[in-house]
Amino acid sequence: MMDIKPEIADNRPQTVGRSSSIIHRPSFIKATLAIIQKDLSAEFRSFELISAMLVFSLLVIIIFNFALELDVKVRQSVTSGVLWATFAFAGTLGLNRSMSVEKDRGCMDGLLLAPVDRSVIYFGKAISNLIFMLIVEAVVLPVYSMLYNVNLFRLDLLGVILLGSIGYAAVGTLLSTMSAQTRTREVLLPILLFPVAMPVLLASVKASSGLLAGAEFSEVLAPLNLLIVYDVIFIAIAFMVFDFVVEE
Amino acid sequence: MQPKPFILKVLDIVSIIVLAVAAYLALVFAPTEAVMGQVQRVFYFHIGTAWVGLLGFVIAAVAGVTYLITKNARWDRFEVAAVEVSTVFFFITIVLGSIWARPAWNTWWTWDPRLTTAAITELIYIAYFMLRQGIEDPEKRARFGAVYTLLGGISAPITFMVIRLFRTIHPVVIGSQSAAAQGGFSMTSDMKVAFFFSLFAFTVIFIDLMWHRIRLGSLEDKVEQLKLKVSM
Repeated sequence: MMDIKPEIADNRPQTVGRSSSIIHRPSFIKATLAIIQKDLSAEFRSFELISAMLVFSLLVIIIFNFALELDVKVRQSVTSGVLWATFAFAGTLGLNRSMSVEKDRGCMDGLLLAPVDRSVIYFGKAISNLIFMLIVEAVVLPVYSMLYNVNLFRLDLLGVILLGSIGYAAVGTLLSTMSAQTRTREVLLPILLFPVAMPVLLASVKASSGLLAGAEFSEVLAPLNLLIVYDVIFIAIAFMVFDFVVEE
Repeated sequence: MQPKPFILKVLDIVSIIVLAVAAYLALVFAPTEAVMGQVQRVFYFHIGTAWVGLLGFVIAAVAGVTYLITKNARWDRFEVAAVEVSTVFFFITIVLGSIWARPAWNTWWTWDPRLTTAAITELIYIAYFMLRQGIEDPEKRARFGAVYTLLGGISAPITFMVIRLFRTIHPVVIGSQSAAAQGGFSMTSDMKVAFFFSLFAFTVIFIDLMWHRIRLGSLEDKVEQLKLKVSM
């Protein structure tokens, strides 16, 4: 026992406890990228999360198909609503899973022990959650286009979807970190997330249905502006309060 | 147990009196509105409860931020009290609005910006209580609660701005009126008396209830500590 102790101490950075400025600290971007890489490589080995989100989204679309009788006339007006409801539901599934994995196996504690700023963890998790959402959307959009014969591949529409997903992932990551630490866990996330993320969903639906109905770009500028405002404000707030959410 | 403070006792009695006076002013004193008739009298309490409801949510967000900075449990009790009292008042606002809307708009509910925002705001604060219920550690509960009130307090106004992009029919009695609004009217001076008195009355009642809830909160904490002491 006595022999091991100094060895462990040797492996650690020499200056721990003396002066924090000398400790090897990876740069903000590098550390964020490392967390994203960790999440992506874990996901691409199992495809647990993405496959669940994908199958779930397709099921939601099928349910909407029968619930709303998506014939040609109805389709025009509800496409954006169906898409965003699908993304929101699938998004909660992914957010829940990505945080409970960290919590279950004690990975979160490991992340918190890393000598990086706490906001790095937030940005890393948020961006990887965003990537998962975008992957699912990248599959759902062509499938929907094909099934219902509407062209969803327009640059302006994709821009709206990107902005909406950013806002959703930004708030969702913060709230899923909170809900993962409560007794009710998975059940609580949608209840916490949907009312707070309402502006994102409403503005996205408004903007994308405007674009799909063939409105001029200037007509959808109002919801688009609000979407950008929401994204900026909530990323800033999440950045500021994330410390309080992971504190032990 | 500390006795109830004298000022609080006085405030209790004052609250009952102002509520009675406000009810008299709204139901008897104020003239009957020409077009809508008696149902317009709901308006005085509708605005009164809405005002303290929103006031409480703003107070809660400020108390939440203060808690995060100071980490003083007193601000957490303040925040819970504000949210709890406001959630009830806000619910009363929605119910009273519905009662008015049935004859005025011929429907109990419509997806108007104000109504939708009110419903979502109410849901945010119900979610707030569910969040708090799911956490055992009081310190963590306070931290998460503070973060959530902050998020809710910022999200609700944006929700309102987004839904306003759709058409509104909710009347604006004070300030400029939207062209599509239905059920608007202009107040006579007697109506104004009843209106401002009910604002005042509900503010007094709100302060009284808040005070009681804060006191209850600190008593709860004390019981909690005593229980810990006994079990050790």
